[in-house]
Amino acid sequence: MITLTHYLVLSAILFTLGVVGVLIRRNAIIIFMCIELMLNAVNLSFVAFAHYLNSMQGQMFVIFVMTVAAAEAAVGLAIIVAVFRNKETVNIDDINIMKW
Amino acid sequence: MEAYLFYIVAAITVLSGVYLVFEKNPVFGALYLIQTMLSIAVLYILLEAQFVAAVQIIVYAGAIMVLFLFVIMLLNLNIKEEKKNALPFQRIPAILMGIALFTVICIVIKSKLLQGKGDHYTTAYMNSMGNTKIIGTLLFTEYLLPFEITSILLFAAAIGAIMLAKRKL
Repeated sequence: MITLTHYLVLSAILFTLGVVGVLIRRNAIIIFMCIELMLNAVNLSFVAFAHYLNSMQGQMFVIFVMTVAAAEAAVGLAIIVAVFRNKETVNIDDINIMKW
Repeated sequence: MEAYLFYIVAAITVLSGVYLVFEKNPVFGALYLIQTMLSIAVLYILLEAQFVAAVQIIVYAGAIMVLFLFVIMLLNLNIKEEKKNALPFQRIPAILMGIALFTVICIVIKSKLLQGKGDHYTTAYMNSMGNTKIIGTLLFTEYLLPFEITSILLFAAAIGAIMLAKRKL
């Protein structure tokens, strides 16, 4: 029998993977993909809660989160392309102009 | 049957997530992320959220990942660029922090703090009405204001992306 806890633990594993990816990778695009992985993990827990509570709010939230993720991906990738045009790199160690 | 399917799909999801984090080539990373999203769509179907599963495949695995692959192709990244790492000691602490974060989340899950009050959308009710119809009705009644705000957000994102992609910034 699969319970809510199974889905929440799976979601936690995926979220943790996303966090570790953001911390250890240096390629801006891969960091962005890890952020998408975290968004997906949260969506999974939303849908799991909606199913096990016989509610619809979780699924509605997932649809709005997906819209925000689409907007975020469009703007974020445009920023990465603009940075690449100026600096010829997407390695975040080289993009340190705001470092104190 | 359902339990076996859950364990198999969950294993595929976690494995492709691990490959995404540790893969050197960004193109393969994007493909592993597509695999993760498709298996999450299977989990949505197991959770009887058919419409969300379809949107997951169309919007995430379709549109957003095509955008990612397109940008990777446009930038023409070489793999050896990531070799020079300014913080080589960050790897092990980052993984330890990840394990700590996972432990904290597991403690919260186990503590039964995550509770909510149920609603009347049971499986039998959903099957009699249809998942898509319920979502559509809610979207145009109870969630009308967020729905309209979403359209403004998408409009702003489109303008922002066009502005950032101009030749002279």
